[in-house]
Amino acid sequence: MDFLVSHFAEILFYILAALAVLGSVGVITLKNPVNAALSLLGTFFIVAVLFVLQHAEFLAAVQVMVYAGGIMVLFLFVIMLVSVKGLKTQAAFLSPLVPVAIIGAILVGALITSAVLLGVFATGDGGPEALQMVDGAVLGNTEAVGMVLYTKYLVPFEVVSVVLLVAMIGAIVFGRKDRFIEEQEGEVGS
Amino acid sequence: MEHYVPILVYALVAISFPIIALLMAKVVRAGSPDPVKAEPYECGVKTNTVAFDTRFSIRYYLIAVLFVIFDVETIFLFPWAVSFDRLALFGFIEMMVFLAILLVGYVYAWRRGALEWA
Amino acid sequence: MPEPILQLLLIPLVKIVVLLVVVLLIVAYLTYAERKILGYMQVRLGPNRVGPKGWLQPVADGLKLLVKEDLVPGGAEKLVFIIAPAIVMVPALVMFAVIPFGEPFEVAGMTITPYLADINIALLFILGVSSVGVFGIMLGGWSSNNKFSLMGGLRSAAQMVSYEIPMGFAIISAVLMAGTLSMVGIVEAQRTAGWWFVFPGILGFGIYWICGIAETNRNPFDLPEAEAELVAGFHTEYSGMKFALFYLAEYANMMIVSAMAVVMFLGGWLPPFPNLLAGLWASPALAWIPGVIWFLAKMSFFLFCYIWFRGTFPRYRFDQLMAVGWKWLLPLSLANVMLVGLGVLLLKG
Repeated sequence: MDFLVSHFAEILFYILAALAVLGSVGVITLKNPVNAALSLLGTFFIVAVLFVLQHAEFLAAVQVMVYAGGIMVLFLFVIMLVSVKGLKTQAAFLSPLVPVAIIGAILVGALITSAVLLGVFATGDGGPEALQMVDGAVLGNTEAVGMVLYTKYLVPFEVVSVVLLVAMIGAIVFGRKDRFIEEQEGEVGS
Repeated sequence: MEHYVPILVYALVAISFPIIALLMAKVVRAGSPDPVKAEPYECGVKTNTVAFDTRFSIRYYLIAVLFVIFDVETIFLFPWAVSFDRLALFGFIEMMVFLAILLVGYVYAWRRGALEWA
Repeated sequence: MPEPILQLLLIPLVKIVVLLVVVLLIVAYLTYAERKILGYMQVRLGPNRVGPKGWLQPVADGLKLLVKEDLVPGGAEKLVFIIAPAIVMVPALVMFAVIPFGEPFEVAGMTITPYLADINIALLFILGVSSVGVFGIMLGGWSSNNKFSLMGGLRSAAQMVSYEIPMGFAIISAVLMAGTLSMVGIVEAQRTAGWWFVFPGILGFGIYWICGIAETNRNPFDLPEAEAELVAGFHTEYSGMKFALFYLAEYANMMIVSAMAVVMFLGGWLPPFPNLLAGLWASPALAWIPGVIWFLAKMSFFLFCYIWFRGTFPRYRFDQLMAVGWKWLLPLSLANVMLVGLGVLLLKG
């Protein structure tokens, strides 16, 4: 019992980490894209809990809001836009296995290299240092992020708005069809 | 951290609630299956096509993309709002620049008719 | 029993049970209240057969839904079809974890807080968890293999994501005034400020309330289940307990939206003008009223408004709905954030 109480965080971490791995394996192995998407949704939540375990509460909230709340809606719309029944019968999604494996290997390699180079437990501005920047006061995680982001990382923050602008314009350009085609196809759901 | 433990427990209880409710219903509910009952409802007419293959407007997708972009923008506003007291005028101007750049995108979306639905 | 075990385990468990029972009870009687109030608004009596004045109607409804035959349409994505109602229900319940229903009070020498947890990202927690409910509706509509359901699910998803943006901006205007994301902190900030945030933040409050109604798919924004065109929208094919879960979740979400409005803009458990009229509230005639009563009274007002609107407003058309969200509420809420920011800057700086 004492062991359980004193190592509660670690035990929770390992359970959640196992679940996260399981969820992400589900994403790439489940044949029905909607089931894969649900698996991804679960994984996002587990990762959010992992962030909370690391005292990165704001990051956990971002994870849930942007990924689980935003990106997933996008995924689901795409899955619904294409004909899922047809997709399921095609085993095509496994055929480009070799290039995918190569890309995957490169990414894992990059991850390990950077972990080794930076030190596995490297603490950047996410660590206690960030909190010290705010007069050393014990503040919430969100305040600390705010203070660092809007003072030290001012330029990257403003650049983000340009990136978002590009994304927005790109989506509008791609999403528009010619009026002619639109009139030709009878659309449902508008 | 210790604040989150009750939430985690509560979340587990909340997850078990629909499971228990559905299992309970499975035990007690009536059931006399019939192929006619299992047909999807279409005003009494026999269905000829599967609903999954229904094509719908690309605008739904566009709305989702715009939502994600504005969602990210909202996320940036939260840490700004909580540390606004300390950031003061500098932070205010900074955020106005950020919003102004995104406003350009919004105006573009409006002008290109991305917000129209008719 | 040693003190820490009691503090750490027993009290939260009791709180969880109380919270769930109270929430489900309010939800059950909210359905009764809705039918009764709508009945009176339309000069009918509403349910009045089961029990005295129909008081046992929710029980009868629950039992009926429990024993109803459960139909799964042919060709449906069965797994998703079953999971979808749970995806709507679970977030609706989880959000109650951070709603502060009242101020801490003392029982037998222990300080009991009438909320499960006071976390410093409570608002983000609610926003994040609430955004998951949309998947349940979307997938429920999609998996039914029914065109009405599909349209309802799509519409609902588009509507909910569209109104989430101005809602987020309206919430930020409250955060700007409070300077914290903790729900308890926001209420305390209103005590310090001496007035409810609805007065300086009336625009934000209005936007929040409109978006809140749209987020819960209620009149005049109940397009996902517009019965005249879509039969019953995303839950056309749902029956029995699965339908009941959708139904319960809708009312639980209404409670959350109301509770959030109370916390952010109407001073939570505080009486009106907590500082200005402090003498009045401390007088023996009124001092006995606990904060929880104030909270529930304010929440009931919003819940009544929900029903009132349903009895009053006609439904929007879908293009009108999108235009209101993207062309009116979004720029207005953004301007509101700038205005409130400027106001806070001038007042505090």
